[in-house]
Amino acid sequence: MSDESPTSTLVSLHGINRTFYLGDSKVHALCDVNLTIAHGEYIAVMGPSGSGKSTLLNLIGLLDRPDEGTYMLEGRDVTTLGADELAAVRSERIGFIFQSFHLVPRLSAAANIELPLVLAGFSKTERAKRVSQALQEYGLTDRANHRPNELSGGQRQRVAIARATILRPAVLLADEPTGNLDRVTGEEVVKLLEKLNAQGMTLIVVTHDQTLGARARRQIRMVDGGIARDVTNGAVVPNDAP
Amino acid sequence: MLLADAGRFALQAIISHRLRSFLTLLGIAVGIAAVILLTSIGEGVHQFVLKEFTQFGTNVVGISPGKVKTGGQPPTGFPTTARLLTMEDANALKKLPNVTGASPTVWGNSEVEANGRLRRSTIYGVDADFMHVFSAKVQTGSFLPAEGAGSSRAFVVLGSKLRKELFGTENPLGARVRIGGLHFRVIGVLAPKGQFLGVDLDDTAYIPAERALELYNREGLMEIHVLYKEGASSAAVAEAVKQRLKLRHGREDFTITTQEDMLKTLSNILNILTMAVGALGGISLLVGSVGIVTIMTISVTERTNEIGLLVALGARRRTILGLFLSESVILAVLGGVMGLLFGIGLAQLLHLLIPSFPVHTPWRFAAVALVVSGVIGLLAGVLPAVSASRLDPIDALRAE
Repeated sequence: MSDESPTSTLVSLHGINRTFYLGDSKVHALCDVNLTIAHGEYIAVMGPSGSGKSTLLNLIGLLDRPDEGTYMLEGRDVTTLGADELAAVRSERIGFIFQSFHLVPRLSAAANIELPLVLAGFSKTERAKRVSQALQEYGLTDRANHRPNELSGGQRQRVAIARATILRPAVLLADEPTGNLDRVTGEEVVKLLEKLNAQGMTLIVVTHDQTLGARARRQIRMVDGGIARDVTNGAVVPNDAP
Repeated sequence: MLLADAGRFALQAIISHRLRSFLTLLGIAVGIAAVILLTSIGEGVHQFVLKEFTQFGTNVVGISPGKVKTGGQPPTGFPTTARLLTMEDANALKKLPNVTGASPTVWGNSEVEANGRLRRSTIYGVDADFMHVFSAKVQTGSFLPAEGAGSSRAFVVLGSKLRKELFGTENPLGARVRIGGLHFRVIGVLAPKGQFLGVDLDDTAYIPAERALELYNREGLMEIHVLYKEGASSAAVAEAVKQRLKLRHGREDFTITTQEDMLKTLSNILNILTMAVGALGGISLLVGSVGIVTIMTISVTERTNEIGLLVALGARRRTILGLFLSESVILAVLGGVMGLLFGIGLAQLLHLLIPSFPVHTPWRFAAVALVVSGVIGLLAGVLPAVSASRLDPIDALRAE
């Protein structure tokens, strides 16, 4: 953190601990995690099941709170924010992409993309403008009025990405974005995400897929709730604990 | 989130399960229809009964002798000490302020003979003021003239039915009629009045009260009807009557019943009746609202994923709560509107099939029914909506 200017730091985690209770057993999902992410990074988080990848992603995405430690998002301590303030930050700064797309089945592709705008209270005309632009950008204009069940897997994930990015978030969190797609469409989706990253959007991908993980400039390997290895372009980054 | 968007979102969710939503709102519709139909019938009966009573004019105060309403020998065996109501009492009451008339009343049942025919009819001994008390209209001739005490002539006015029975189509005016042992001359016929609670009001004859006292060998009147000015307070008139009679009798040995009080009491009883039948309909409404709770609970469970997604997209807890609440309110209000149309339709159909059956749907009830269905939707939606808004987004997103 000391070697980076605060403006370029997007996420900074310090001494994060998160424990779950599953019945009687205690699961230490995150164990004293320290992590700094700069604006515009392309990060792959990898590791075996139960290593805490998803918990880390949910925590960065403000869906979860740490039991201990501080989380600064764009220089702002978000661990102390109330539920409504967190919702506002999620709405403006964070985009989620899920393995199973999570499209609302009764809504058309356009209405799904419109959803964040609706929740944020944008006017109808403004929404229509932004949605038609997004449909065009993601090549979905002719599928705008189709329901999710009338779309192919690749199209569904494109709709999900369009939805995640319509409010131009600072960070895009993708949890196994290609997990439900075949190789070819998976490749398309990854290229699309990388294009967004090239435009300056920070991209954090959680994946099991080694080849997908290898494409990221920075790879974080997690084992048993801790960061085991943090490599940027082949060079090991020292754990930047204070 | 804008309100219109929330409404649209909720409506889309309802439409996406057409049959299920329809069946759910049908539950509310049946409940509202039942309430509307039953209260319509209750209100119809209410108005019907009140109309029966108000045909006699509402600004009337009745005075009967004795403080207790039971006539005859007192059960103790002692003779009653109540003073009788007399013609003089009636005349004294005529002079009170705001009083426009006071009719002494004596009635009985006698044989009426005229034109070679004989019929048993109800005989009323009254005076000229009775016309107004009874809201009666004269068809031919005139009613009993206002005459000084002790000089009433032996005139009779016939009810329309009695006239038809005795004289058919002949002109009865001037004819001689024998009632009991006395002879009377017909001076008028009243317009038909119809029936009152099963009693034929046209099978009657009206003679001067003094003649009736003589006919039935009575010393006192059975009742005095005091008519007061429209708009005057019935309580004030009743009080004035009471004071005057107390002065004349030395104590309160009579009973005053104002028509207004009687109608009010009657109206209250009928209102309770209407409410009671409405409550019966309310039970089906309750069942309908349980249906909404059920379907909303199922809906929240089914859409756990969607709720998680909305939270991830930046929806506040309050927004989620509002979305599910508006869904159940829309369901209930749609059901309410449907039930309203259904209920009014049924009530009108009933009225069409049985025209004599009193049915009346006041708009007040319709408005209340709509508000009630909205409130039901709100209440029924609270539990599922709160559980939706409290879902942990991570679990919700993971749920399949």
